Amino acid sequence: MIVAQRKSIPNLLEIVKNHEKILVLGCGTCVTVCLAGGQREVSIIASALRMAAKLKGLHLQVEELTIERQCDNVFIEQAAEAIERNDAVLSLGCGAGVQAIAERYTNKPVYAGLDTTFIGILEERGIWMEKCAACGECVLDQYGGICPITRCAKRMLNGPCSSSREDRCEVNPERQCAWQLIYQRLKDIGQLDRLRAVKPPKNWNHSQDGGYRTIVREDHRI
Amino acid sequence: MTPETFEPKILAFCCHYCAYSSADLAGSMRIQYPPNVRIVRTPCTGRLETEYFMKAFENGADGVLVAGCLEGGCHFVEGNLCAKRRVNYTREMLEEIGIEKERLRMVNVSAAMARPLADVIIDMVKTVRKLGPSPIKRNGSLKQESRK
Repeated sequence: MIVAQRKSIPNLLEIVKNHEKILVLGCGTCVTVCLAGGQREVSIIASALRMAAKLKGLHLQVEELTIERQCDNVFIEQAAEAIERNDAVLSLGCGAGVQAIAERYTNKPVYAGLDTTFIGILEERGIWMEKCAACGECVLDQYGGICPITRCAKRMLNGPCSSSREDRCEVNPERQCAWQLIYQRLKDIGQLDRLRAVKPPKNWNHSQDGGYRTIVREDHRI
Repeated sequence: MTPETFEPKILAFCCHYCAYSSADLAGSMRIQYPPNVRIVRTPCTGRLETEYFMKAFENGADGVLVAGCLEGGCHFVEGNLCAKRRVNYTREMLEEIGIEKERLRMVNVSAAMARPLADVIIDMVKTVRKLGPSPIKRNGSLKQESRK
């Protein structure tokens, strides 16, 4: 899922201070699960903004709404009336959600209330960890399901580097060396011979090279 | 309004298994504590969410007291520890907003600790009285404004 975290209240107030009526719009999908932009966070941030604005002497009316998904037209339509009666939208969706709302409501300023951070999973209660860099050409099949792009600090495809200590990363000793994990995992599944092959440089054309990426599925087009 | 004449409104979320019983015991033992606290009984302090504290301040509370079981003594094992973390998170957020974090406090008492609970309430009232009325309330609470 996409993982995000909220911006600070002073930062959010700075973003919306020129408006009198704003809609804090939550999203019921990824950002709800990572406790950054769901219904509960909408309520908390709206309360915080109302109080912070009052303390600054600003007249700010804050409406709250959470839709199921901000990246899907069917759900975006449900916010139409609320968006219409407000001066601006503070979206608590991920970067995709913010842009989806902005593209559909061209006459309203739409601001991001969260910092979208990575694609990851809930590692343990209250801790989310990045697992995928969306590089566009997945190599997980060759590394026992552990991504060297995301989890190795040096993004090495032919690792490990010579500086890892025990199972710790040289760059940050609090983190596990991804290559130690890869070695252990390949050993466990009997595929250690995969490490004998030297991997060529990765083709980054599939990543963020040359602007945004699109996927076209002709079989699904109407 | 001077600190002497200001009567703070403090919302006290009291866990059913400890602080609420201990407030009850304080009554039975004729232990006096200031009438500034409005007690809300909760099944466990772990039931309290960040937005409860935010709404309390938004609606004009001068202070919020969260009273849960002693650490290790929660009826639901670790509800009070969850509450402690949420209170700390909310205190940080209050600072961001511009409200003194001392207005929100968590304490741990057992059902038999009537006197300590009364002392905590006395201390909380003293702290909030010193801080003065909630900055949110100084010009009428947001709720009062929205009613106009």
